[in-house]
Amino acid sequence: MGSSLIAWIMRAIPFGTIIMYGALGEIVTEKSGNLNLGVPGIMYLGGFAGFASAYYYEKLATNPSAVVCVVIALLCALVASTLGGLIYAFLTITLRANQNVTGLALTTFGMGVANFFGVFVLNGASYTAAPLANKAFAAKLPFVSGLGVLGQVVFSYGFLAYAAIALAIALFWFLNRTRAGLNLRAVGENPATADAAGINVTRYKYLATCAGAAICGVGGLYYVLDYNQGIWATTGQIQALGWLAVALVIFTTWKPLNAIWGAYLFGTLYWLYQFLPSVLGITVSSAMTDLIQMLPYLVTIVVLVVVSLRKKKENQPPASLGIAYFREER
Amino acid sequence: MADTQIAIRLEKVTKTFGEVVANKDVSLEVRRGEILALLGENGSGKTTLMNMIAGIYYPDGGQIYLGGQAVDIRSPRDALALGIGMIHQHFKLVDVFTAAENIALSMDAAERFDLKRVRDKARAICEKYEFGLDLEQKVYEMSVSQKQTLEIVKVLYRGADILILDEPTAVLTPQETEKLFNVIRNMKADGKAVVIITHKLHEVLAISDRVAILRKGEYIDTVDTKTATEASLTEMMVGQKVELNIERPTPENTVRRLAIHNLSVTSEEGIKLLDNVSFEAFGGEILGIAGISGNGQKELLEAIAGLQPTERGSDVQFFAPGKGRAMELLGMSPRDIREAGVHLSFVPEDRLGMGLVGSMGMTGNMMLKSYGKGRTPILDQKAPRALAEEIREELGVVTPDLNTPVSRLSGGNVQKVLVGREIAASPIVLMTAYAVRGLDINTSYTIYHLLNEQKKKGVAVVYVGEDLDVLLALCDRILVLCGGKVNGILPGATATKEEVGLRMTQLQKEVQQ
Repeated sequence: MGSSLIAWIMRAIPFGTIIMYGALGEIVTEKSGNLNLGVPGIMYLGGFAGFASAYYYEKLATNPSAVVCVVIALLCALVASTLGGLIYAFLTITLRANQNVTGLALTTFGMGVANFFGVFVLNGASYTAAPLANKAFAAKLPFVSGLGVLGQVVFSYGFLAYAAIALAIALFWFLNRTRAGLNLRAVGENPATADAAGINVTRYKYLATCAGAAICGVGGLYYVLDYNQGIWATTGQIQALGWLAVALVIFTTWKPLNAIWGAYLFGTLYWLYQFLPSVLGITVSSAMTDLIQMLPYLVTIVVLVVVSLRKKKENQPPASLGIAYFREER
Repeated sequence: MADTQIAIRLEKVTKTFGEVVANKDVSLEVRRGEILALLGENGSGKTTLMNMIAGIYYPDGGQIYLGGQAVDIRSPRDALALGIGMIHQHFKLVDVFTAAENIALSMDAAERFDLKRVRDKARAICEKYEFGLDLEQKVYEMSVSQKQTLEIVKVLYRGADILILDEPTAVLTPQETEKLFNVIRNMKADGKAVVIITHKLHEVLAISDRVAILRKGEYIDTVDTKTATEASLTEMMVGQKVELNIERPTPENTVRRLAIHNLSVTSEEGIKLLDNVSFEAFGGEILGIAGISGNGQKELLEAIAGLQPTERGSDVQFFAPGKGRAMELLGMSPRDIREAGVHLSFVPEDRLGMGLVGSMGMTGNMMLKSYGKGRTPILDQKAPRALAEEIREELGVVTPDLNTPVSRLSGGNVQKVLVGREIAASPIVLMTAYAVRGLDINTSYTIYHLLNEQKKKGVAVVYVGEDLDVLLALCDRILVLCGGKVNGILPGATATKEEVGLRMTQLQKEVQQ
C-alpha cells in the first residue's frame, strides 16, 4: 500500500505542475482584467513549439547537446505561446473584442495549429518522440533523488517542477510587494482609477496577457517533454489539462501561493481512480473513471460556493475581469 | 502681503463641447490661504472650469497662470506635478486595496516604492490636518466620508497646495460635513488655496472667504463672503428672468390624482434623501418640481413609480378616474403602478441609462412595455411597430429605420422616443424628469407642447426641470425641493425667479424643524 501511495504522489506532482503553470499564467493575465479562456490553446502552442524545435534539433544536429536542446525548446515554447497571447491581447485590448469568445476561439486555434503542423512531424505515424529532450527535461536531481522515500516523493522530478514552485513564490512577491504588481492589480480592479493615477492601462494589459500566456506555454512544454515522456501523439489530452488550469485559477481565488498546493490536490484527485483499489481498497468499475476524474471540478464548484457565501472581497475575481477598458466611456 | 499671494489665475478661459459653450471667457483668481467658493446652478460650468485646472479638460481658449507663470496643464499628472489636486464627486479608489496602497498607487514615479514609508508619511499628514483615517483599512470597508478623506490625503501626499473639492458635502451627513469643514480650515491655516464647488448657500456663507459666481458658463463676479447675503448671492446665481414664449393654458376641471403624505427615503449610507414630503397633484395641471440636482427629485419620482424603497409612515394615494376609492401605490410593483396609469419618463444624464435599451430599435423599445400583454408565446410585433411609426411621425424622430438601434440616434431623438412612448400609453399621471435635458430650442418646445396637450386632456403632469425660466413659464404650481424637503409650493404665474432660487438653496424657517 505504501508503494502505491508513493506512486500516486509521483503521478500527482508532475500532473499538478502542468496545471500550476497554466494557472499561474492565467492568474497574471486575469490580474490585468483579461479573462483568457485560450489557456488550452496556448498550452498546445507552447507544447508543440517546444517539442518540434527539440525534435528537429535532435534530428538535424550532428552532436546534439542536452543544454542547447533545453534552451531551444524553452525559447520556442515561450515565443509561440507569447504570440498566442499577443493575438488575444490585440483582439481584446486594441479591438475590444469580446473576451470570452476570443479566448474560446484561441483554444480552437491553438489546438488546430499544433495538430496541423504536428502532421508534418508525425509523418504518418501515430506518435513520435524526442528522447534527448525528454532525458534533459526529466533529469532527476543527482544524489538527493536517491534518498529513499523522501528522494522519490520530493526530489525525483525534472527541473521545471521546482521552477513552478519558485515561480509561484516569485509571483506572490511581485503582486504584493512591488510597484508594478500593485499597478497591475489596480488595472484589473479599476482601470479608470489606474488611468487617472497615470498608469498606462493598455501597456499593463498587453504585458500581463503576453507574460501570462508565456507561462501557460511552459505548462504545455512540460507536458510533452517531461510528463508525456517526450512523445508527441495525435491524442489531445492537453486540452483537458488546460481547462483544469482555468478551474484551478478560481480554486486559488487568484492567489499564486494557493496554486502550489491546489495544483497538487487537483493532481491527486485526478489520479484517484487509479489508486482507489490499491490505496483505499475500493474497487470501481472502469465506467466510473471519468466521473472520478471530474473531482477537481467538483472541488472548484465547492470553493466557488464557499467563497460566495463568505462574501470576502479579497477572494473575488478582479473587479473589471472580462471588461474591456475604454477611457472615454464613462 | 504674503498670505494673499495669488495661487492660480485664469484669464479668459473658454471651453466648448460641440456647440455647447460650457465656459466663456472666465477670468478668476484663487489666493493662497483662502477658501474660495465657486457657486452656480446646475450646468453653470463650475465643474468644467475646475476640470481644466485639474487637467481633465484642456481649455479651447484663454490662459492659466500659476504663481504668475503661464502653465500648460494637459493631464491630471501635470496638474499634480504643479501642486494642483482635485477631489471629484466620484472617487477614484481601488476597493480591495488598503488606504496606504491607494496612496502608493498615485505616488510619484521617482519616489522609492516602500509601503512602510508611504504609511509613515501619510500618517504625518493625517496628524497635521487632524484627519481620522486608518491607513490599513480596505476601501470597501470605508464609509463615503472616509473615502473622501482618503482622496484628500492622497492629493496632499503628492504635495498639492491648491485643492479643489467638487461638491464635497453632497454625500455627507451634517456631522461629517462639519468635520470636513474643520479639515478645510486647517488646510487654509496652513497656507493652502482651497476651492470648493457648491450650490448650497449656507455652506458658502459658513466656510468661504470669497465667492465666485458662474451663471450659464459665464463668470458673473467674485464677492467677499462677509459682505454677501443669501439674497444677493441668489440674485447673482439665477440672474434676470428671461421671458419665454411657452403657453400656459388655464387649468380646467382639475381633479385630485395623487396625494402624497410624509414620504421619506433614506439612502444605504443612512442619509435622508426625502424627508416627510407631502403634496398633491391634480389632473389638468402641470406641477413643476424645482431643485438643484441631487435634492431628492429622482428619489421622489422613483418612490411614486415603485422603484425606490420608502420609510415607514410614507403614503402615496392614487385616485384613478371612475373609481371611488383611492389606491395605495406603495408596495405595488412598478409594473402594476404603470398599468394603473402612473407613468414615469426619466431622462438620466446619459439618456440611455433608464427606460430604453440602446441596442434595440424603436419598435423593440416600444415592445418593452407591451410584451406582457400578449396571450400567445409569439410576440406581437404589429402594434409596437405601429406605435413606433406614430411616434416617429408625430414627434419627427429622425431615424433611418424603426429598427435602427436607438443608441445611434442623436440625444434629442432618443428623448423623443422615451417621452413619446409614455405619452402614447395615455397615462393618467405623467411624470417626466429632465425631459429637455440637452435638447435644442425647437425640440424643447415640441416637448413643452406635448406636455401642454396632455394637461388639456386632463392628465396630471409632474415636470421635474432644471431651467427655472421654463419652470416658471410652463408650470401651474412649482414645488421646490431642498435637501429632500418640500421647501414651499408656489403658484407658477406669480412666483419670481429669486424666490424659487432662494428656496432651492436655503431651507425656509417654517420648513426647518
